Amino acid sequence: MSDPTPTKAPEAPASDSAPVKASSGIMPFLRKIGVENVALVFAIIALAGVIGSQNASFFKPANIAAIGNYVVIMGLLAVVQTVVIIMGGIDISVGSIAGLSSVLAGMIFASSSNWAFSMIVPLAVGAVCGLFNGCVVIFGRITPLIATLATLSSYKGIAQLVSNGRAQGYTGADPVYIFFARGSVLFIPALVWVLIIVAALIHVMLRYTRVGRDIYAVGGNDMAARLSGINVNQRILTVFVLAGVVAAIAGILITARTGSGQPVSGSEGMEMLAVTGAALGGAALRGGKGSIISTIFAVILLGVLMNGMTLLGINPFWQNIAQGALLISAVVIQQLSSGERRVGLPK
Amino acid sequence: MTDSTPALEAVGITKVFPGVRALDQVDVKFFAGQVAALMGENGAGKSTLLKILHGDYVPDAGTITLNGKKVTFNAPAAARKAGLRVIAQEPEIAPYVTVAENMYLGRFPTHAGFVSQTEMERDAAVDLERLGFAGLLNPTDIAITLSPAQRQLLEIVRALIDDPQVICFDEPTSSLSDHEIDALFACIRRLRDEGRAIIYVSHRMREVFQIADSVTVLRDGKLVGTREVEGLGEQDIIQMMVGRDLSNMHQREPYEPGDVRLRLENVTTDDVRDISLEVRAHEIVAIAGLVGAGRTELALAIAGDRPVRSGTILVDGKPLVSKTPQDAIERGVGLAPEDRKGSGLVMIRTVRDNIILATLKKITRLGFVSDKKEADIAAAQVERLNIRTPSLRQRVENLSGGNQQKVVLARWLAGDSQVLILDEPTRGVDVGAKAEIYKIVDQLAANGVAVLVISSELPEVLGIADRIVVMQNGHITGELTRAEATEEKILALAMADQLTSATTQPGEKR
Repeated sequence: MSDPTPTKAPEAPASDSAPVKASSGIMPFLRKIGVENVALVFAIIALAGVIGSQNASFFKPANIAAIGNYVVIMGLLAVVQTVVIIMGGIDISVGSIAGLSSVLAGMIFASSSNWAFSMIVPLAVGAVCGLFNGCVVIFGRITPLIATLATLSSYKGIAQLVSNGRAQGYTGADPVYIFFARGSVLFIPALVWVLIIVAALIHVMLRYTRVGRDIYAVGGNDMAARLSGINVNQRILTVFVLAGVVAAIAGILITARTGSGQPVSGSEGMEMLAVTGAALGGAALRGGKGSIISTIFAVILLGVLMNGMTLLGINPFWQNIAQGALLISAVVIQQLSSGERRVGLPK
Repeated sequence: MTDSTPALEAVGITKVFPGVRALDQVDVKFFAGQVAALMGENGAGKSTLLKILHGDYVPDAGTITLNGKKVTFNAPAAARKAGLRVIAQEPEIAPYVTVAENMYLGRFPTHAGFVSQTEMERDAAVDLERLGFAGLLNPTDIAITLSPAQRQLLEIVRALIDDPQVICFDEPTSSLSDHEIDALFACIRRLRDEGRAIIYVSHRMREVFQIADSVTVLRDGKLVGTREVEGLGEQDIIQMMVGRDLSNMHQREPYEPGDVRLRLENVTTDDVRDISLEVRAHEIVAIAGLVGAGRTELALAIAGDRPVRSGTILVDGKPLVSKTPQDAIERGVGLAPEDRKGSGLVMIRTVRDNIILATLKKITRLGFVSDKKEADIAAAQVERLNIRTPSLRQRVENLSGGNQQKVVLARWLAGDSQVLILDEPTRGVDVGAKAEIYKIVDQLAANGVAVLVISSELPEVLGIADRIVVMQNGHITGELTRAEATEEKILALAMADQLTSATTQPGEKR
């Protein structure tokens, strides 16, 4: 616990926005990185310390890489979930879209042996799935939670239907798929690079582009956004399509990692981890607030926790309980500070 | 008749909200067997008084006595139990159950825990007959299928079943047609003759003269007085309602009006009818009227948020047809909405984000927002409007009401709007910030902006407007120049009683 400061320092510039003024003192510094991020980093370090002291193999490069790989699928979904949550929505169908994409990638590769084609089609299908979610929400006037709860079931069903419920195709001999599964660049696994690139792009979109600014405004107050000339419906559709596409990327990576298209294995239940990651990273479930960097820290924390529980031989069923407990505590902390009266159903 | 003990008496009622003294040492008495009208402008304190009487608010000072006994209600349920009932203006109805179930909500007749639907419907029919609404409401109808008028009656019936001794009606006729008003008035007279005390809040002069025995007028949270209706004229009541001290209200010098910037020709929307008006460059036009006159809805229609059903909106001489507010903004029309928190500001975002919101398009290159231009624009507006904030990155929710309002104005100044609609720009704003906002509005006019101000505060209207358009019940009832306008004249137009409710269309709002 005495080494957090040197470990933390390199993370500071990675955070965001660099106002020119250099002010002294620890508080402005903390505020710049974000209190949430500091808390998450401390939690990661503390957790790693506890796990590492019980089981030394935790710090072995192979285990670190395993954590990295474990975190990628969840991380992709959590990052895009953060965007949906910032916009004031939620998309719990991402796991099913990932499963559908995984199966499609496997099947299309099996029949065409063309890796590019087998990736593009699932991406397009992911986009269509997202578009459908957005249309149900906007034109059907159904809350995102219910709309995507319905499509969570339907998309999973489609994946099971086209695959007959079984793993499909074999991509384990294709060099591109092998690269994504086991390759590495600059000592970092290719899978992790995918997460880094997607997260960086989405971070840039949220922080520096008009679409990103609009998303924060829509999530913070959609009426104010509309009266300020923002095309609210278009932004909502964009975000759901983005969620579908990123979920499809996650699905393709599942196929690469396992060597075949998986209708449910590897993707089922991922929506839960995605929402937990975003909430733990401080994204406000009422919308308008959240950051990709915090979500990434939260995902790493989740990854370390799950890995540690496995290493320490804790009954895997406890992992589900721990995930649920984490989600509830993350959201309860948010809601308690909102000052809302505790009467009736929360809005 | 006044020497008996009052059924309900309030003495020295004071209620202070942050920045406003909503009620100040108000003494009122209401007697059994009498209908007392409670009147006053918007914000005079009527609603606050009603809320205190039935336990929604706890007064900061003062006592309430019911039939000679001192009472303190800490919840509406307690007031109800003691025999005092306030009938809300907006009916609270459970939509998918029957009229009978709505009537007995919370006290269903039960046998061993089971509700008997037939028994309830029988009771409902009896109660409706007793109250005189038998022909107007059917116990077995599902509430959602009722007309707005029937819902209002249902709300009234529900309150009367309890047999309350003191009944407050808060603008009960706003959605009723003449036929239903007659039934309501017959019912009120019967209740009065049975020896109950009735408090009747309304803006409609005609009704007050029809039904009330006495009139109590509030102004700026203070009691002006109580008079017998007998021998009183409309002018006397208006006289009591106005007459605020205008000396501290600054008078601005009007500018020479330029070309017509905004022109409405017979604009009709779902909420307003046949609106024609124009605002010139360098001109400030106010729309006065009571709450519910349709002013906000008109503003939203001009800003492109509500569809225009017929008529034309012209901006700088060219027609403006807006599908969304985006279209209006592109033509230079900006709206600072009435509900700052609900539809004006993104409260959890920063001052900078909020100021820049309507200008993002202009400072975006290839999809990327220029950080520097953004900061420059926001900083310039903060300086220009003297917005007191520790930094541009402060969240708007942490600012005071006045500074929040300035952020909303800054958004449109940053966007260089040429037609600006300000809906209640000084609501919930302290006196100092009010003066600053008036100054900003004046500067805008000096710069050639056409400003349309919606305000319920008459001194404000008289202080800043060059011309005043008065609306009532969805249409314009008159227009006054600055020279001829007085509080009395505006109020008389705002309350003008042209066969009011016959024009209410059923099912207009949602």
